Amino acid sequence: MINKVAKTAAEAVADIFDGATIMISGFGEAGSPIELIHALIDHGAKNLTVVSNNTGNGHIGLAALIENKQVKKMICSFPRTANSIVFPELYRQGEIELELVPQGTLAERIRAGGAGIPAFFTPTSVNTPLAIGKETRIFESKPYVMEFGIKADFALVKCKTADRYGNLLFNKTARNFGPVMCMAAKSAIVQASEIVEIGSIDPEIVVTPGIFVKKVVEITHPVSENQLIRENRRYPW
Amino acid sequence: MVAEIKGWNREQMAQKIAGDIPDGAYVNLGIGLPELVANYIPEGREVIFHTENGLLGVGPSPAKEDEDDELINAGKKPVTTIKGSCFFHHADSFAMIRGGHIDICVLGAFQVSENGDLANWSTGEPGAIPAVGGAMDLVEGVKTIIIFTQHTTKNGEPKIVKECTYPLTGKGVVSHIYTDYAVIDVTDNGMFVREMAPGIDFEFLKSCTEAELKQY
Repeated sequence: MINKVAKTAAEAVADIFDGATIMISGFGEAGSPIELIHALIDHGAKNLTVVSNNTGNGHIGLAALIENKQVKKMICSFPRTANSIVFPELYRQGEIELELVPQGTLAERIRAGGAGIPAFFTPTSVNTPLAIGKETRIFESKPYVMEFGIKADFALVKCKTADRYGNLLFNKTARNFGPVMCMAAKSAIVQASEIVEIGSIDPEIVVTPGIFVKKVVEITHPVSENQLIRENRRYPW
Repeated sequence: MVAEIKGWNREQMAQKIAGDIPDGAYVNLGIGLPELVANYIPEGREVIFHTENGLLGVGPSPAKEDEDDELINAGKKPVTTIKGSCFFHHADSFAMIRGGHIDICVLGAFQVSENGDLANWSTGEPGAIPAVGGAMDLVEGVKTIIIFTQHTTKNGEPKIVKECTYPLTGKGVVSHIYTDYAVIDVTDNGMFVREMAPGIDFEFLKSCTEAELKQY
């Protein structure tokens, strides 16, 4: 029998090891798996490389993971957002590494990693500082930059609905990087607001096929990242 | 004392850009000023707005009580959906951009050069945290790049220059520039002034533009 359901967030993240590369879904305050990240803070794995579009907000979720000194390197497209306080401080002190990747290149590198494509050529960043040192080639008389696929040991992803096979549905713009991160991680760990019976998700509307998912955990009322930031909350609470 | 030069205000600039967006266009609006353009699409035109965090069919801002943390635009602001909208993941969203499926993108600028180079992601200052977002993907992939900017910096320095001194977002990518003073087309034969705001003449425009301007 296939049953990917973990009972708790702690159980879901228990296998994460020191030095792991972890993809974390979310764009701004939408779609970040706050409960899974907090479980990872409790768990304590260190020297992590984290792939995520931003660097977390306030002092919760990814920002709290960084603040807790568990992250040695961030791979992201936009590390300084309005509510990003922790990362800029550590970056200026030279305590955390940054690999800056254009957003579409980041999405495609993750997709490629999950699809068995080791590298690809893209027009994005040609003739800019972000292309320096990268191989370029001309196709149809236009220059393109070579970028590598990214694979991860784990992905932490938030979705709306899952079943025990790991089929997933997302919520609005909280979908963002979730589906491609599930593909690119050896072990995708997903928190869902509801876990439903097998067969109750219409196969025509499944967004992420269960084959890409290793574990699902039900978090029925995920916290609102926005609200926690407004209240200036910190994790650990 | 020299009379203060006013030019168009932001709303008028937004209206001018919106007026030049054709019926049926798929449009991505950059963060900040470009977002204003959505308010001025002329009646009777159907324009679909794309936001790179995964929504086609962005509607107007919601009332405060209807805000949804998981329904936001690329500027992380709450939005709504229109009838017929759809959600998708980031790789599909950037396939729309990079694959040439988006017709028009409106962006801000630090500098635009004579041959259409754009600098809008970094001023290259030491100690600044570098951040790029989707700007480089948009300028390479979207068919028409429109720049929505003040004609000069706050200190009166030209933003339309011979060569960009800030790090580039893309080379030769800009098609049109809408400033508070003028509308400028960037062509293979140079920059042509299509229209000037009331009270602005060509000599004045040249005096606050470093790049060479031509008249049709």
